Amino acid sequence: MSAGIDLDNVCCDFGKFRAVDHVNVNIQPGEFFSFLGPSGCGKTTILRMISGFTEPTEGVIRIGGKDVRGQRPNQRPTALIFQNLALFPLMPIWENIAFGLEVRGVDKAKRRARAEELLALVDLHDSADKMVSQLSGGQKQRVAIARALAVEPAVMLLDEPLSALDLKLRQHMRAELRAIQKRTGVTFIYITHDQGEALAMSDRVGVMSQGRLQQVANPRDIYNNPVNGFVASFVGENNIFTGDVQNAADGMASFATPTGTFRARLPGAAGKLYVRPEHMVLQATAGAENSVAVTLTEVAFEGNFVSVHGVTEGGKDMVAELRNDGSAPIPSAGTQMHMVFEARNAAILPDSATAGA
Amino acid sequence: MNDLLRRYGKGLTWTFIGLTFFWLIILVVLPDFKLLESSFRPYLPVKEIGGPKDVYTFNNYLQIFGNEVDFNFFGLHFPLAARVKVFVLTIFYSGVVTLITFILAYPLSFYLAKVVSPKSLPTLFLLLFVPLWVSEVLRSFAWYIILTLKGPLNVFLMTIGVISEEIRWIDGYSPVVVTLVYAYVLFMLFPLYNAMQSLDSNQIEAADDLGAPWWRTHWRVILPHCKPGIASGAVMVFMLSAGSLLVPAIINSTTGNWFTQTIQGIMLEGQDWNAGAAFAFMLLLFCTIAVSVAMRVFRVSLSDIAK
Ligand SMILES: Nc1ncnc2c1ncn2[C@@H]1O[C@H](COP(=O)(O)OP(=O)(O)OP(=O)(O)O)[C@@H](O)[C@H]1O
Ligand SMILES: [Mg+2]
Repeated sequence: MSAGIDLDNVCCDFGKFRAVDHVNVNIQPGEFFSFLGPSGCGKTTILRMISGFTEPTEGVIRIGGKDVRGQRPNQRPTALIFQNLALFPLMPIWENIAFGLEVRGVDKAKRRARAEELLALVDLHDSADKMVSQLSGGQKQRVAIARALAVEPAVMLLDEPLSALDLKLRQHMRAELRAIQKRTGVTFIYITHDQGEALAMSDRVGVMSQGRLQQVANPRDIYNNPVNGFVASFVGENNIFTGDVQNAADGMASFATPTGTFRARLPGAAGKLYVRPEHMVLQATAGAENSVAVTLTEVAFEGNFVSVHGVTEGGKDMVAELRNDGSAPIPSAGTQMHMVFEARNAAILPDSATAGA
Repeated sequence: MNDLLRRYGKGLTWTFIGLTFFWLIILVVLPDFKLLESSFRPYLPVKEIGGPKDVYTFNNYLQIFGNEVDFNFFGLHFPLAARVKVFVLTIFYSGVVTLITFILAYPLSFYLAKVVSPKSLPTLFLLLFVPLWVSEVLRSFAWYIILTLKGPLNVFLMTIGVISEEIRWIDGYSPVVVTLVYAYVLFMLFPLYNAMQSLDSNQIEAADDLGAPWWRTHWRVILPHCKPGIASGAVMVFMLSAGSLLVPAIINSTTGNWFTQTIQGIMLEGQDWNAGAAFAFMLLLFCTIAVSVAMRVFRVSLSDIAK
């Protein structure tokens, strides 16, 4: 039923512009895989190449082990959910869903029955005879999913399907999508520029920048062990220090910056130092190492956490996040404090994957 | 309204509105109304106008009957009044013109709206517009020349050896239909192009992605979307064709008479404006009926067309 997908050195050029640059990834059958990246980094282009609307300039795409180059979209076992859904506004809901079956010559009674089944699967009972314009955003979303599922695709391709929804509905649909994926066992390839979405739903995430795949890993590794500065800063907040590596040994190093010298992990090439705000601890006295004296400039209450901004003597802005669980008193702006972090929670990372990497 | 007042001030706004009304009432509504009224009055010598014989009557309308001839409609023979025959054929062939313009304009507008790269669009539109710079009279004459017995079409066909003897193209209704198609095809193309362009390309791709072959995508997605455009194009082409006097008069196929030519004959040669008016209103009435029936059949509403 579900099939794996291999992208093998895939490139895509539009004129002189290279939109997708040597992407290599093997997506497992039944996996929920997300491509995460900023706008214009080539995510949609990858999906369009998998579904057959765009041919790769270089490289091979295999679906279920078979090279699909030259196959038209209507011959591929994929179903694409478009960024704008692209439902057919002139057909009632059930005909929208059954369109793929109509194409396959299934008779009307069976089509109708199957459409009702799928509507039940996506929790949309009694909407079969409505028109698309009568549905809410979230309901349209589900119709689009049902329409794609109707053709029993081996791979579902979803292009930022939740971006048009409001926050509450988006969170609800995340869970829903994940549940539908588990229920059907179909391989899902999901595209988003929302890191929370990618981390929450996916088995694995591929982070992209400027057409290049920066890192492929499970959500936890993406967040905790980013391979480079781009991944670290795209997925979450950071305090970033520029400086020089000294005495590197056993994957640890000293890092000399204008603010001070810090101990940190050095997993690979040298670059900048990244420390997440939630790894910063605020204390009244200086720590033994990795301690920065700051004057607090702003304390922003965000609900479940408190975001504390400070500035060093050298004028560098720093940010720390405190959990709002009463374990530590919330300081007020203007106080002098120290931000302290552990060496294992700080990493020296190169900027981003270099060409051809 | 308030918008207009603010933008142009009182004087200019009322001048605009006044002129528009003048044009509508004095130049359009009143003359038509006068014509309609006179179509119900007998054709009398000037002295008797307003006299005892000047009464309202349907006689002008009834003049369409009489002088029965044999009507051969695709093998079906029955007797029919000569003028009614011309009337029926005019409406029928206007329908044919409409159908042919649609068949030509549909693929072309699809190509322009969805296939061609936007860069070459201006050039293509220019090519489409160039013929419009030449007056309709000249364009009709051009077709007349192309189709004459010793014209370029016959010469060409004989040169490449397709035919061995000249064909009389200007015979029956075909040359009129061909020329009308040429004259009015753009009136079908532009509304169709507009409709086609407003279709989200993702819908075409979605149908493709769900496995639809190209013809089903057209039948189920593109054509339904374009229906209002087709309807407004069809109404325009049909009305213009049925009401065209210039084209049939220039082509002048003796066996392909248009009803407008009948009206012209009565009005100008017969000097009977009353009967001419009656015939003109009959044509208008039946065209309107034909259009409404077609709209009912294809389930389009007026508001769709206005869009
Ligand atoms: N048909 C095309 N012709 C030329 N350039 C294109 C074409 N399609 C995409 N591009 C370019 O390729 C790059 C990647 O586009 P793509 O649509 O894949 O981005 P994306 O990651 O999906 O962005 P978004 O999150 O905004 O949807 C962009 O810079 C875009 O301008
Ligand atoms: Mg996109």
